Amino acid sequence: MNVAVVTFPGSNCDQDCHRSVELADGTPRYLWHREHSLGDAEAVIVPGGFAHGDYLRPGAIARFSPIMDAVVGFAREGGLVVGICNGFQVLCEAGLLPGALLRNRSLRFQSHDCWQRVERTDTPYTGEYRDGQVIRMPLSHADGNYYADANTLAELEAEERVVFRYCDAQGNVTPESNPNGSLNHIAGIVNRRGNVLGMMPHPDRAIEAVLGSVDGLPFFESLVGTRATATAAAQSEVA
Amino acid sequence: MSRFTVEVLVTPRPGLLDPQGKAIHHALASLGYDAVEDVRVGKAIYLEVAAASAEEAAKRVEEACRKLLANPVTEDFRVTAEAHR
Repeated sequence: MNVAVVTFPGSNCDQDCHRSVELADGTPRYLWHREHSLGDAEAVIVPGGFAHGDYLRPGAIARFSPIMDAVVGFAREGGLVVGICNGFQVLCEAGLLPGALLRNRSLRFQSHDCWQRVERTDTPYTGEYRDGQVIRMPLSHADGNYYADANTLAELEAEERVVFRYCDAQGNVTPESNPNGSLNHIAGIVNRRGNVLGMMPHPDRAIEAVLGSVDGLPFFESLVGTRATATAAAQSEVA
Repeated sequence: MSRFTVEVLVTPRPGLLDPQGKAIHHALASLGYDAVEDVRVGKAIYLEVAAASAEEAAKRVEEACRKLLANPVTEDFRVTAEAHR
């Protein structure tokens, strides 16, 4: 699977995402933000970092980078688009995902491991996890406090669009296990169609034992495998 | 065309948790400013705009606010334009 990893000035997880896709047996390619086309990409990752210095608001300027027209168009047609950390902020600013990421409740930049519960395994990004699996990976952000108005929040829950939820090591959603004040402990969500996902924690920083966790690797294996499954299904339909 | 100074005030929407405002409120309380009942922190953006009138300058900037300068999910904005001094 060809996966484009967008690089903005200030992105700093593009190499992590590139390597993650490689380890999952996909074919990654960097895509500079001044480009206008996704080329042969079958999925797009908007990585973490500080695109355009996070000036004004994180993601606010990045969403108007030239490549974003192509990313938004691709997403609207059902293309697979992932935003991790700063990428999640960019996708919210671009209107591809609802809500916003506010300043952490602590007012600090936080950088530490966190636990999340996998709430959905029927998305293109989570098929390799078990339902309710508790996974550990780093988070690293100042603005990861998920917010949406009450109606949007109710809709997200009713439509089961919360994919990852902060929890403790046993999978319990307790007040202490919410690292940043996110409403309903939301760590990651999908759009209504299920093809666009945003999350604050970093699966791309948990892909090799040397990093302390490999819980992020199934995320990329799911993504790369989704394409394989879709192709196989299409071929069996033709046959 | 004249030049106008346009002030944009961007503030967190009512009801939205503003941790920065809360921290400042605590600090003020500890200094004895008991009369302060709430603190909200926003930002001010100043633009120098060429336009035929103050109304036109404000209108252009309001459009920019909806597109870029404010996030409609979390922020309100107020625009005032006056002749450049």
